[in-house]
Amino acid sequence: MDFAQNLVTTFNFILQGVGVTIGVTLVALAVGLVFGVTMAMARVYGNPLLQAIAAAYSVIIRAVPVVVIIFILFFVIARFVNLSPFWAGSLALGFTSGAYQSEIFRGAFRAVPSGQMIAARAIGMSKLQAIRSIILPQAVRLALPAWGNEATLVLKDSTLVFVVGVPEILRRAQQVSARTLEPFVAFSVAMLLYLVLTLLTTQILQWFERRYRLQM
Amino acid sequence: MSTATAPILRIENIYKSFGETRVLTGFSLTVQPQEVVVVVGPSGSGKSTLLRCINLLSPPDAGRIWLEEQEITAPGVNPDKVRQRIGMVFQDFNLFNHLTALGNVMIGLTKVRKMPKKEAYELAMFELERVGLVDRAHYYPAQLSGGQKQRVAIARALGMDPHIMLFDEPTSALDPELTGEVLEVMQQLAGEGMTMIVVSHEMGFARQVASRVVFMEGGVVVEEGTPAQMFEQPVHERTRAFLRKISDMDGNNR
Repeated sequence: MDFAQNLVTTFNFILQGVGVTIGVTLVALAVGLVFGVTMAMARVYGNPLLQAIAAAYSVIIRAVPVVVIIFILFFVIARFVNLSPFWAGSLALGFTSGAYQSEIFRGAFRAVPSGQMIAARAIGMSKLQAIRSIILPQAVRLALPAWGNEATLVLKDSTLVFVVGVPEILRRAQQVSARTLEPFVAFSVAMLLYLVLTLLTTQILQWFERRYRLQM
Repeated sequence: MSTATAPILRIENIYKSFGETRVLTGFSLTVQPQEVVVVVGPSGSGKSTLLRCINLLSPPDAGRIWLEEQEITAPGVNPDKVRQRIGMVFQDFNLFNHLTALGNVMIGLTKVRKMPKKEAYELAMFELERVGLVDRAHYYPAQLSGGQKQRVAIARALGMDPHIMLFDEPTSALDPELTGEVLEVMQQLAGEGMTMIVVSHEMGFARQVASRVVFMEGGVVVEEGTPAQMFEQPVHERTRAFLRKISDMDGNNR
């Protein structure tokens, strides 16, 4: 009876962190998507300067541990700009994911056959128009499987915002375990919630993959 | 063919190199409105490069090109605007993979010609009807045969209301039994008075439809004339040898 009581309380407490975890993940993925696509476009279609900037961004960000970037945003940048722990953590994850996503989209842009650009230019599209209307829609479809993988990685990396005190699933599990002295229950619940979230993400993305499969 | 009218296209002494390779070496050609010019020549003679120079996909290094009254090789000319007046059909179709047949024809209308959706839809359907593919409007390229793909590509080019059409070996990637439907559409276009430059080794098409056959080699015109002249009594030995070889192959294939 006592165990069941404890389990329910623990579960309810940690469950409140699910929204935060989803929030951090969605913000990070969205920021990463914007950065990733922009940087990939700069690398594939940009002039040498843009290419160099985008390549440097990718190399440097991927070489630095995510926690370090979170600390930089929270302890350094947040002194000049008003950043809550939630936003510092989410943006840091977003910049990081942006570097990985830029690699995903760079490959996807390259995988679109070169004749597509030529045909688009031949009907009078500008380069930018061709990228937007012809290349990008195909690149996004080609990127979907790898992007789905990145989405689950970001979901799991969202635990890292724990270090600046964002009350997401892991943070709450740790709090509850410190209070109840039942770490097994607390972290099992956390594990279960991550499992469900990851499976859900995979299912949703697979649906998109099937729906928008590109046949060549 | 009346020659009193102003030419629709005038190519004057153009040069094009890729690195060390000199592809076009002083090529000149004048095309009158409604003419169908078939360009033949051995592989590597610069035929495809010629077409890409004409629509500025790869602008010539030297020489000048006029489209109607405008010198399109002049500095300051917007190549995107020029290309809207020049339709191009490719050997490997290059249909947009993520769009249906209808979408392929519509996208240039909405994005480049800035037509409202409804108007673009109607015009696109009309163009698909011209190539006999209304019933395939909602198919994706991967669901179409090679011949159907090429006809959609022709409809896509026609939708832009081009003043001249360039065909770069439009039947070379097709199975022999599918070339007929594409050539028929091209013949019908010629009949409607479309000005066309066709790079092709379809000698039957050249004999029946061409107003002029141009034999090029080494980046220049070796000889040009009516199909009758070119096939019956070519002046140059090279032309004779080449056309005989092509016609033999053509005869054997059919």
